Amino acid sequence: MLKPNTTKGKLIVVEGIDGSGKSTQIDLLFKWLQTQGYSVFFSEWNSSPLVKSTTKAAKKEKSFTPTTFSILHCTDFANRWENGIYPLLKAGAIVLADRYVFTAFARDVARGVDPEWVRNMYSFAIKPDAALYFRVPLDVAVERITAARASLKYYEAGMDLNLSDNINESFKLFQGKILDQYDQMVDEFGLTLIDGTQPVKEQQKKVRVLIKKVLRGWEGLPNPNKAAASARSSQPAAEKGGK
Amino acid sequence: MKSPNFYGAGFPYRDIQQLPGKLIVLEGTDGVGRSTQIKLLRRWLEDEGYAVSDTGLTRSTLTASGLEAAKSGHTLGPLTLSLFYLADFADRLENLIIPALQAGFIVLSDRYFYSVMARDAIRGVDKSWSRQLYGIALRPDLILYMKADVPVLAQRLIHGRGLNYWEAGMDLHLADNMYDSFLTYQNLLTKEFDELALTYNFVTVDANQKSDAIFEDLKTHILELLHNRLTKTKKPR
Repeated sequence: MLKPNTTKGKLIVVEGIDGSGKSTQIDLLFKWLQTQGYSVFFSEWNSSPLVKSTTKAAKKEKSFTPTTFSILHCTDFANRWENGIYPLLKAGAIVLADRYVFTAFARDVARGVDPEWVRNMYSFAIKPDAALYFRVPLDVAVERITAARASLKYYEAGMDLNLSDNINESFKLFQGKILDQYDQMVDEFGLTLIDGTQPVKEQQKKVRVLIKKVLRGWEGLPNPNKAAASARSSQPAAEKGGK
Repeated sequence: MKSPNFYGAGFPYRDIQQLPGKLIVLEGTDGVGRSTQIKLLRRWLEDEGYAVSDTGLTRSTLTASGLEAAKSGHTLGPLTLSLFYLADFADRLENLIIPALQAGFIVLSDRYFYSVMARDAIRGVDKSWSRQLYGIALRPDLILYMKADVPVLAQRLIHGRGLNYWEAGMDLHLADNMYDSFLTYQNLLTKEFDELALTYNFVTVDANQKSDAIFEDLKTHILELLHNRLTKTKKPR
């Protein structure tokens, strides 16, 4: 369903339920890749300025249906895709995405939207070079989120599904449904499983090994800052390389 | 497909059994006189004793302000615009059209999704992608396609509300001025509409005629639809 990556760039995405630790990992990865001198960019789920006001208002008014929730999140994605992710990949950059189409497939289907329909909606997107799925057991994720937050939000807790009147209970049930969807997608899309219960440092080690493999032998968009720095420090080596 | 009333997936999480109302769609390009006809039809149907509800493109309160802001900026790609329209459509379908049909209303829709498909197709959006997305749509009971020649449309618009950026397809850079762009764009749209007319079984009405003549034609088709329903319900007697 997703298009093969025929661009010069590399697309790396992280996925997982709330509290899986994926954002921490992608943040570390981003900084590491920068230090390595790569041209690397970052895109976050639900962050398009164009669509934000609409989504925000609908959340406040609780006026989403599962279908309009699904479509507006795809609108947000499409806007980031057309104005950011895709042109950057064409240019040969590395793009990191905190949540990608799999988030929509998991959440929207958990909300009762037709699985094929939502997959078709996102079919303009490219299959990532690496899709890292941070898996944690439900109670661990729920524990992390409830400890870190004063209160849960209506839609993140899936309150629109009437699973339970208690918001914490609803959150747990809803995240469980999403987790099931993620697990089903591991084979369908070849997601790479990472154990999110391991210490942060251990996970990052694994992530870097995986990404090194993806980037081996690849020459992307040169980073002008890095090129200038290495030219200054290693003039003779650069000449050698030019032979 | 659980319900035969939808083109595709519909809304699987919704249990929709009975839709006693009728969904009547008026389609056609810009300046063809759809909104005038909707007003006339609504008055006529209400005189006949039918409960009528009407709706039209971009009227969803969910997306109206976002869409307006989007169209006035420069960062709007074809996919994003297309999805904004889809959100508008889905919201009105679920929250307005379906409830009205459940309550037995006649719903007059000023355009449906066919217009969006036509304009998307011209902007290079994949047609099978659009078709699957609009699998959430209900099949209307009647689709009336008001078709007029492009010079007639131009004349009406210039004497009416004037040409506008989007109706002239200025984002496509088809010409260096709005008038020529309008002509080229509307010709492209008409071609797309003709194709959609076959795919989705439009009933074509000649919209080159005067307004009251168009109205009579539309009435004839609607009466036929409503009459069919009457004869159907009378059968068991």
